[in-house]
Amino acid sequence: MSIFWLSLIGTSVVVFALRYTGHLIPEKYLTNPRMLKINTLIPVALLSALVAVQTFTKDSALVIDQRLAGLSVAVVALILKAPFPVVVLGAAATSAALFHFA
Amino acid sequence: MSKVNRATAAQSLSVSLTVGAYGLAFGAASVAAGFSVLQSCLLSLLTFSGASQFAVVGVIGSGGSALSGITTAGLLGIRNMLYGLRMAPVVKSKGLMKVIAAQVTIDESTGVALSQERLGQREMRQGFWLTGLGVYLFWNLFTLAGALGAKAMGDPGAWGLDAAVPAAFLGLLWPRLERNSDRVLALCAVALSLALTPLVAAGLPIISTALLAVFFGWRAKA
Repeated sequence: MSIFWLSLIGTSVVVFALRYTGHLIPEKYLTNPRMLKINTLIPVALLSALVAVQTFTKDSALVIDQRLAGLSVAVVALILKAPFPVVVLGAAATSAALFHFA
Repeated sequence: MSKVNRATAAQSLSVSLTVGAYGLAFGAASVAAGFSVLQSCLLSLLTFSGASQFAVVGVIGSGGSALSGITTAGLLGIRNMLYGLRMAPVVKSKGLMKVIAAQVTIDESTGVALSQERLGQREMRQGFWLTGLGVYLFWNLFTLAGALGAKAMGDPGAWGLDAAVPAAFLGLLWPRLERNSDRVLALCAVALSLALTPLVAAGLPIISTALLAVFFGWRAKA
């Protein structure tokens, strides 16, 4: 089985199992404040790492290229509270322009 | 569901449409990472959790193993379990309906349901279902559109898709960076993942930052 099918099936099964478990077990479990705090921080850590890896790396090497310019535009758009499509399209347009002209 | 509260329905619809735009970005990101159009659509139909889906295509796209991708997506999916805990007493579903309710338990359906708390239990339940099913519909339609669009584009770099994907992640992350301690954690995660990238297998630098979340969460005063 290809890595794509494997990761697709694995992710779907794991995510559904988590959700269904949540609907099955009584609410009094999993209310430890420390666990709840860690749970809110996990997306912050993982998403930050994904942004970094997808912007600054290529084949396990650190690189700086047109993607950084695109991401900088996204940061400015987010600071200006632009809607999501503007953030993504701004980043894409900037990166594509540099890709063609640089 | 007779007598749907109009304000609840309006909120559900606007949230559903907005999230659809993320579906477009996901479809494109998924194809750019090497998934087929069919696989991208199945991810949206079966996984139906934005952050987890972006994570698995992100990890696989940057050369990580299936296990790294699944683990990262699973870690991001833990919050869906907590939403399920909170929503079960609200939706009170049984059998097949419980399965469907679990599948549409996401940030948005939980968020809209909780924001109807002042209106009553019935409105909370309506908000949950309208938003959950509405997002499901638009998320999947837009995933298909995004995947077909990206397939037609060819080289992702030529269209800036290589920058659009991290920008989409940043859009998901941004609302979670309101507190200074969260920003410090984000910067530490960036530094750790980049420092590890040349040293360990792809995918692991991303998963390893979950340990930072545990460390920061353990020390924080709840």
